[in-house]
Amino acid sequence: MSVRHALLGLLSEGPKYGHQLRQEFEARTGDVWPLNVGQVYTTLQRLERDDLVESDEAADDGPQKVFRITPEGERELAEWLHTPPDLTSPPRDELVIKVLVALRLPGVDVQDVLQVHRRYLVELMQQWTRLKEDEGEFDLALALVVDAELFRLDSVIRWLDAAGGRLKRAAADPQTSSPTTPLLRRRLVVRR
Amino acid sequence: MSFLEMRNVSKSYGEGATEVHALHNVNLSVDRGALVAVMGPSGSGKSTLLTIAGSLEEPTSGEVVIDGASLEGMSRNGKARLRRRTIGYVFQDFNLLAGLTAAENVSLPLELDGVGGRKASAQAMAALDELGLVDRATHFPDELSGGERQRVAIARAVVGERHLVLADEPSGALDSANGEAVMRMILAACKRGLAAVVVTHDAQLASWADRVVFLRDGRVVDQTAPPPSPESILEHSARP
Repeated sequence: MSVRHALLGLLSEGPKYGHQLRQEFEARTGDVWPLNVGQVYTTLQRLERDDLVESDEAADDGPQKVFRITPEGERELAEWLHTPPDLTSPPRDELVIKVLVALRLPGVDVQDVLQVHRRYLVELMQQWTRLKEDEGEFDLALALVVDAELFRLDSVIRWLDAAGGRLKRAAADPQTSSPTTPLLRRRLVVRR
Repeated sequence: MSFLEMRNVSKSYGEGATEVHALHNVNLSVDRGALVAVMGPSGSGKSTLLTIAGSLEEPTSGEVVIDGASLEGMSRNGKARLRRRTIGYVFQDFNLLAGLTAAENVSLPLELDGVGGRKASAQAMAALDELGLVDRATHFPDELSGGERQRVAIARAVVGERHLVLADEPSGALDSANGEAVMRMILAACKRGLAAVVVTHDAQLASWADRVVFLRDGRVVDQTAPPPSPESILEHSARP
């Protein structure tokens, strides 16, 4: 989450006070990302240093100081909005590593390992869904944030399910694959 | 007290070398007002569990108790009456009758149970009203969208005095918004005191449930703990 760009977004609507930025940030993200005041002012100082925002020179650092976005800040914001985040290289996913390790250990039931993680993820999803059930109909930002979390967790569960199916098929026909293929081994080394 | 109780339920098909064990000693208890999801991969026994819970199939061993009455030894007529009066089914492909309007589809189970036409229609309209479908009452299934058809199927499942809803992949072919709408409706029925079991492989659907039971190779292998308050997740999600 880029606090820096979220603050630029809020300032693109007009000049604002620091404490106001914090409140609006939290409201716009469905109160899911709490932000402390220190974080807001540190970020504003950096934005000011980079000439992306400006403030009244005369005013003291404090709650009465008003910040506004500069033309350079507007450009930076537009560029950020249209730049996809870096999703190209596979992350070093701890869960994937755990399952790969479980696969190599004698006496470990990998399906049980998968199930421990599946249950935990479903429990997390239940909590997010409950939040959406209670307030999501009235708070669009919250519903969007919760959906994003639910889809992310769901994709991990789908991977666990696919892994479970793949392992079951491999157990029924041991010749289909050795536990780690050379390609996978090479990638893991590259990511280290 | 639980409304639906499955005790040590096993089910096998075939005999000898070709015998297939679909369920092994399954125990499941669902209270009034509770929504329980059963998750598992295809072939794990989910649908078998649901058809046995709904008295559409008999277990090889074990017992099913609905509203305090054991299905064991219950006559065929008794079971048929139980299915008509107490249990509502929701299927993946809606199973609406094409020649009947939405309202007629919903009132049909009541009329089959001997409720008079006028009373059955009034109850059907009340159920459709609750699901925001009154203006679709005179439409035939092929004049409805997929989401609307499934809402009609839910109205049919909860109409009258039904106390148990059994749903098999209820959002099967629907998009995520309609899937969410389906689960909100089933949850609303539970808040009015119905018990519901939803079997699905979809974690997003299952996450609407109070409790999620995991099935693998015909056995209950795990279930979720009662969820903490929603606020607790916000405390953990503070990210810079």
